[in-house]
Amino acid sequence: MSKLQSRRQFLKEILRYSVGVALVGVAGYSLKKAKANNYVWQIDPFKCTSCGRCETHCVLKPSAVKCFHAYALCGYCDLCGGYLKPGSTERNTAAENQLCPTAAIERRFIEEPYFSYHINEDLCIGCSKCVKGCTSFGNGSLHLQIQHELCDNCNECAIARVCPSNAIIRVPANNPYMIKGNFGPSKKA
Amino acid sequence: MIQKLLLKISLMLCLLTGFVLDAGAQVQRFPKPEFQSGYEVPKTLEPAPRAPFMEYVDLFVLVAVMSITTWFIFKKRSRKAILWLSVFSLAYFGFYRNGCICSIGAIQNLSLSLFGNDYSISYTVLAFFTLPLLFALAVGRVFCASACPLGAIQDLVIVKPIKMAPWLQKTLSLFPFVYLGLAVLYAATGTDFIICRYDPFVGIFRLGGEFHMILLGICFLLIGMFVARPYCRFVCPYGAMLKISSLFTRKHLSITPEECISCHLCKDSCPFGAIDYPVNEKENKATRNDFKKFILYAALIPVLMFVGGWAVSSSYKLLSSGNPDVHLANMLVSKPELMQQSNDIDVVTFLSSGESLKTLVSQATVIQDKFRVGGWYLGAFIGLVIGISLLNQVIFRKRSIYEANKGDCFSCGRCMDFCPVGKPEHPYHQIKTNDEELEK
Repeated sequence: MSKLQSRRQFLKEILRYSVGVALVGVAGYSLKKAKANNYVWQIDPFKCTSCGRCETHCVLKPSAVKCFHAYALCGYCDLCGGYLKPGSTERNTAAENQLCPTAAIERRFIEEPYFSYHINEDLCIGCSKCVKGCTSFGNGSLHLQIQHELCDNCNECAIARVCPSNAIIRVPANNPYMIKGNFGPSKKA
Repeated sequence: MIQKLLLKISLMLCLLTGFVLDAGAQVQRFPKPEFQSGYEVPKTLEPAPRAPFMEYVDLFVLVAVMSITTWFIFKKRSRKAILWLSVFSLAYFGFYRNGCICSIGAIQNLSLSLFGNDYSISYTVLAFFTLPLLFALAVGRVFCASACPLGAIQDLVIVKPIKMAPWLQKTLSLFPFVYLGLAVLYAATGTDFIICRYDPFVGIFRLGGEFHMILLGICFLLIGMFVARPYCRFVCPYGAMLKISSLFTRKHLSITPEECISCHLCKDSCPFGAIDYPVNEKENKATRNDFKKFILYAALIPVLMFVGGWAVSSSYKLLSSGNPDVHLANMLVSKPELMQQSNDIDVVTFLSSGESLKTLVSQATVIQDKFRVGGWYLGAFIGLVIGISLLNQVIFRKRSIYEANKGDCFSCGRCMDFCPVGKPEHPYHQIKTNDEELEK
């Protein structure tokens, strides 16, 4: 082997080790901050302004964002702001009275004067029309959440990118939902 | 009945005041009913995400695929085996895992974790970023050979690869470094994950997505029929990192199992133009005289770095306009009338949040400053890459046989298949003996 070749070999050796050290260094440094827990995307219902982009911006069609019903929070109203169109003449399940564009909310009579509302997830498209109605006029028990059986968990959520109130955040995978709870003693409006 | 009446009254009150209350108000306006009929309040269902331990299965598959590929390259020397392994990876990481989790995208997670405040990378993502690079440093780009679903889908559609002029290939190969720098800058400033957003194949893996991205993916595959692996060679930012790692590997795929007979069959077999041919002494003498050029190019590197840094840094306004906060601030400052009347969701949400324009503008300025500083690093990095590739043009390397270019070679193994050495049944030997007989 000529002198030139062995010098090149030596330089290569040095470069090889410096690349290795740089790589291990960066990995080791970020290991300090790394966590065992993985993240999934979820909607903070208190930041959500029900703008409707969840329906249109998810990479999945229909969106992985669905309306979730926090039953514990529901007032079981007959005149439900999330179910009925504003200005609807009758309070029944007739199509012209329903706010939901896909009739995904099932209304059932329970007892005088209470009705229960149940979301049919297969029909829900995450448009948040009912969420807007419920938070404006009711308890806000209807709210949007990312359904994790459907969600692809993209590296960067396509909805998070366009969410106007930054309501879509990374949450730990072992606690993947932010369902609204009971807010304690009720306050009258 | 009284209950019903009360409910109606409270609802009327609510309708009157409801518009005033803001959307996220944490008020239980209607009390929870006390049911007489024994109705039980159901629980809200929470469908679980994919089990967290499955991430470790992904990691295991990645390590297994890369290790088996290494074995195939060095011991079995089989192109067919590598091909089938890449089909498996395409099915697993591509169509089953929908292209997410991915080493290419992990660049951004790492950048955000290093430079961002409230994000920390997970162990699996960090391993997905580091392991292929370590493998490349040890045995070459085995990740590209069979573990990467993006590489696999492009490798499968190669029909008739054209030979590219070396100058064109070298110039286009600079783009991955620019893309890498941009991706790090955008992720570090918390603006966007551009690699994931403009991944042309993820829509194909998911069998659905934005129309223009799927169209781009199909275009890449159509071009890929004639220009082999266009994304890997001229776009992939992770490929740029793998290239650098792989350049310095000691052990690398060897085209021939024994001594090279310089039949140049391998050079024709490689669709990526990644095989270096023997360089003769005459050429050697010509390049040796380029010592002046070498000094010139070496002196040019700092100049290129400075010019690049200055150029990118001064275009910070353009670069940072991709950030949603900066975009909104720019819009509101340039068109103040939007504050009065606008249908834009972003503007409406911003106005209803009660934040002042001043705070928004100061937030935007902070982000723009990050782009200004980051622009210097990005521009200097691009200048350095261009400078080094210029310098490489005048460095002479003596080569007496055909060998794979360690940086560009994807370790796909096609050349091993074509090499006639040690294969008595190879048609090359028959043709050669025929020729010799004819000569006699």
